[in-house]
Amino acid sequence: MSERKRPKLAVWKFSSCDGCQLTMLDCEDELLALTEEVRISYFLEATRKVEKGPYDVSLVEGSITTPHDVKAIREVRKQSKLLISIGACATAGGIQALRNFKSVKEFIRCVYAHPEYIDTLTTSTAISDHVPVDFELRGCPVNKHQMLEVLNAALNGRKPTIPRYSQCIECKETGTVCRMVASGTACLGPVTQAGCGTLCPGMDRGCYGCFGPMENPNTAALAAQLTALGQSRRDIHHLFRTYNANADAFRKESDSHG
Amino acid sequence: MAKAKSNSIATPVLDTSGLDGLIKLLRDKGYQVIGPHRADDAVVYDVIDSIDALPAGWGAEQSPGRYRLRRRDDDALFGYGLAPQGWKRQLYPPRQKIFGASRQNGGFAVDAPPPPSPPMAFIGVRACELAAMGRQAKVFGDRDFADPGYQRRLAEAFVVAVQCNEADSTCFCLAMGSGPEVTTGYDIKLVEVVTKDRHVFITEAGSPRGAKMLKALKTGKASPADLSAAERSLRHAGQQQRRLDAAAARALAANPEHPRWDQLAERCLSCGNCTMVCPTCFCTTIDDVTDLKGDHAERWRKWDSCFTLDFSYIHGGAVRTETRSRYRQWITHKLSTWVDQFDETGCVGCGRCITWCPVGIDITEEAAAITDQGRT
Repeated sequence: MSERKRPKLAVWKFSSCDGCQLTMLDCEDELLALTEEVRISYFLEATRKVEKGPYDVSLVEGSITTPHDVKAIREVRKQSKLLISIGACATAGGIQALRNFKSVKEFIRCVYAHPEYIDTLTTSTAISDHVPVDFELRGCPVNKHQMLEVLNAALNGRKPTIPRYSQCIECKETGTVCRMVASGTACLGPVTQAGCGTLCPGMDRGCYGCFGPMENPNTAALAAQLTALGQSRRDIHHLFRTYNANADAFRKESDSHG
Repeated sequence: MAKAKSNSIATPVLDTSGLDGLIKLLRDKGYQVIGPHRADDAVVYDVIDSIDALPAGWGAEQSPGRYRLRRRDDDALFGYGLAPQGWKRQLYPPRQKIFGASRQNGGFAVDAPPPPSPPMAFIGVRACELAAMGRQAKVFGDRDFADPGYQRRLAEAFVVAVQCNEADSTCFCLAMGSGPEVTTGYDIKLVEVVTKDRHVFITEAGSPRGAKMLKALKTGKASPADLSAAERSLRHAGQQQRRLDAAAARALAANPEHPRWDQLAERCLSCGNCTMVCPTCFCTTIDDVTDLKGDHAERWRKWDSCFTLDFSYIHGGAVRTETRSRYRQWITHKLSTWVDQFDETGCVGCGRCITWCPVGIDITEEAAAITDQGRT
């Protein structure tokens, strides 16, 4: 590798499944090009070699669920020029934010033989609930092309092209026939941010909302239509309570079908 | 696509193998043939290589927010109504690369453009779709700044039109004056006649190249029964449940504060489906992308929708932050200000925005309510 000074990249993990970090490793063809442009200074999923901060760009996966996390994310922020949170956990609290709706004490009592060893918060929250975040990249997991676009934009000092509009627009661009209209399938597409590459609608499934609420989501109107399509209150409640359960719009809609 | 219309005396018909011959002939002449094809619970327009790809015996029921395939009780090849998306996809692709450029000696060099795609032949273009092509051709060509890509694709396209024999519940082409009769804009026009023991297509050439193509095919003569069946079918296709008073709808722009806009906004998802499936909607946005090194850049043109927040973004923020103002923008442009711009309405009455709206918002109903035409 040349002596040229490359920006230092760090990839952090909080409460998460590692899927977004794996998306980074899944870049395959682009990964080598990326290592030519950035210096991977901290990325435990990929290498045990660790360099000290500060870092030019930090990608943060996972949500904040423990008192330790709360301290650690502040340290990450302090060490990072740019902090980009990646994935539903980091941007909305993830699937583990389902705990926000229940008694965590009760969970601990039921699950662990020695509850006294467990030191956890009662909520799972987004990184931006704790520190300022420069960009939030949605998805469960994030889309590899969008991830590269965000890094690319950061490296070239431009605005990332990440649309905030509905999944429907992406479905129409790709020529995917609407599941909701053509087969009556329950779908969160009309209230979900585009970007996944039409994974589920392209495979005859409704959208599960992995990319979280779109700009101005009209969840109430969608819920009314889902009811008309035969979905029960419980179905609708569950539909909004998955990977982005704690995202404002989805949380409110699921609450009103509780 | 050509505008001339031939006046033949003995009306020729093609049988199904003749239609297959037409598809083969077009392919032999280097056309990429695109026609109806059953896929993903719908009949979509896709590349086809023979008559076998056509959705024989399949129909579709369309109503607000609902589309369902159904078996027909005959073997009609064109009995499915309208596909979810029109020929806009082919003539005006959702993503077009404008150019690529590479860094070179302190400046940059623009990449050589890719070779043009082969000419397309469209099988099964309906009257409303021909009208929509005309609308877009005007947008992309009649004024000072023609879109060369669009104009080339359109000029090269060989259009085999098929006249509708029936109307969907969402159709209102009659009210918009764009159908159901196919009158212009085709190379070959077909009218399908299916009975128990006969399956033919009454055929008419609409251009010299259409006539030449027909000459190379084995045609028969239309029987009086064929011709009267075609007439009956056309009347049948003209029996439409929906209508839109285009003249009255011009008053939409004069009603910016009608309470109906707010009621609409409660239902509208601002998902953009209506604009994506509309065969005349033409807005695009530009995306500039770079590679990681910053040595190569590309400029892409993508379909855009006036229902997105970014669409009205100017310095300092978006102008249309509310759903009501975005829907108002769309429908007033379509039915009111489009007339000021292009001397015709921007709606051809295909009804796609009604069928493919996930919550079934009906443009005819909204236009009538907002211009107080006594319907709700």
